[in-house]
Amino acid sequence: MKKELLFITVIGEDKKGIVARVSDFLYRHDINIEDINQRIMGDGYFVMTMLVDIKAAIISMEKITEGLEAIGQSLELRIQLQHENIFKMMHRV
Amino acid sequence: MTISVEEVYETASMILYQNLDIRTTTLGINLKDCIDSDFGKFREKVYDKIYSNAVKMVAHAKTLEMKYGIPIANKRVSVTPVSLIMESHCEKNKFIEMARTLDKAAADAGIDFIGGFGALVQKGLTRSDRMLVEVLPDVLSRTDRVCSFLNVGSNVAGLNLDAVNLLGGMLKLTAAKSKNAIGCAKFVVFVNAPEDNPFMAGAFHGVGEGDIALNIGISGPGVVKTVVAQNRECDLTQLSEVIKRTVFKITRAGELIGRELAAALDIPFGIVDISLASTTAAGDSVANVIEAFGIEHIGAHGSTLAVALLMDAVKKGGAMASGNVGGLSGTFIPVSEDEGMIDAVQAGALSLDKLEALTSVCSVGLDMFAIPGDTPEETINAIIADELAIGIINNKTTAVRVIPVPGKKAGDLVAFGGLLGTAPVMAVNRFSAKNFLKRGGRLPAPVTSMRN
Repeated sequence: MKKELLFITVIGEDKKGIVARVSDFLYRHDINIEDINQRIMGDGYFVMTMLVDIKAAIISMEKITEGLEAIGQSLELRIQLQHENIFKMMHRV
Repeated sequence: MTISVEEVYETASMILYQNLDIRTTTLGINLKDCIDSDFGKFREKVYDKIYSNAVKMVAHAKTLEMKYGIPIANKRVSVTPVSLIMESHCEKNKFIEMARTLDKAAADAGIDFIGGFGALVQKGLTRSDRMLVEVLPDVLSRTDRVCSFLNVGSNVAGLNLDAVNLLGGMLKLTAAKSKNAIGCAKFVVFVNAPEDNPFMAGAFHGVGEGDIALNIGISGPGVVKTVVAQNRECDLTQLSEVIKRTVFKITRAGELIGRELAAALDIPFGIVDISLASTTAAGDSVANVIEAFGIEHIGAHGSTLAVALLMDAVKKGGAMASGNVGGLSGTFIPVSEDEGMIDAVQAGALSLDKLEALTSVCSVGLDMFAIPGDTPEETINAIIADELAIGIINNKTTAVRVIPVPGKKAGDLVAFGGLLGTAPVMAVNRFSAKNFLKRGGRLPAPVTSMRN
């Protein structure tokens, strides 16, 4: 089955439970995590990216976005969900 | 292929913090096949064709916004120049009825502006073209969404001064009939108007276009400003390089959205317009980019060089990113829609004369600027004619969107609200070119050799 890959970007201040909260949400909705990276950027922001496959997800993309936004609000972080194509287009010639 | 954290963060920051969006998805629709001798049926066909296509575009655009996490700020429609389809229904009331039909179709479909209530008169005016200009004050003041344009010149036709001479009076009447003269913000006069421009108020679906096409306007002054601010020490060549790389990226985002949206609608993808377009949002300002170059206020000596550099770098980055670059593609410097431009006028750094100079290297022209309400109509015509002459001689599109605000004098501030922003009223030259302009006729098309 062809994968449908999206990036979740978490931006803000590092704190406990970010990976746990996001991955628990993904697990409960049959979304597989393909890759995780995190870094403190030059401007001081904590950034975590997750590459996820939503092919088998049991909820719509709209609901995934809503769920992630709710987690973002409770942890005071910005969480953005974007299909991987936009990064391929913008960052690869 | 892996995408690094830095790359993901760069894209996410552009959207979250630097106001990157798709400024407009504009559906170009041919209305020639709607023409009917029965005016009622004609209007019905126009309404149905616009509504049915536009409503689908709005729905699919929302899906893509979610998929890519990038806002699509405006969903719009452009149509065949209306004077062309009205030739056999050339009556004042029918023109107004047709404008109402366009307005209603746009409103019902969730479209904020519909462009194309205009005419191509670079060589001369038909009866229908004249009628269209005559009804414009009523149309622009009585409809909410209908935008109008006139193309009054081109490199191959020259400049139709007789058409220009109709406009000062028309604009003053439009200003008088609408609150804060807002009707004038929905009218643009061009030379060398592109037939696939997605940006309002000047968008129309050209007669050389197919039945339907999807055109995209990207944006991103905030993104360019950020990258310029991060490169304070580099020389002009390096500055051009960093701008090119950034514009490449944002154009690719536009190309992606445009292609997917066109595929979802099963219609041809038209063009990506790579113009940097300001909005009233803080930080989304072309003037701020120029200031980040190291210029105190746009309008200071040195600004023309700065705009030229910016404009050229934007075009180079965009042209590499998409094979479908079209429309106006450059840099807009509207006054009322750009907080840096407003500040520059209020600080006394930017006059109308310097603005005109800047337009000789920017993509469009004198845009969204207010002038005193008592400016004689001949002076308005002369402002328009000067700007358009720059386009004719330099092989480029130029345009004017001028707002003479009744009761206001130079230095006053006029708030249009929403996307249209706030305009400081600019002083105009008090001497007259009346006797020159009343000669009328046509500026001959320029010679294309001897280009110094």
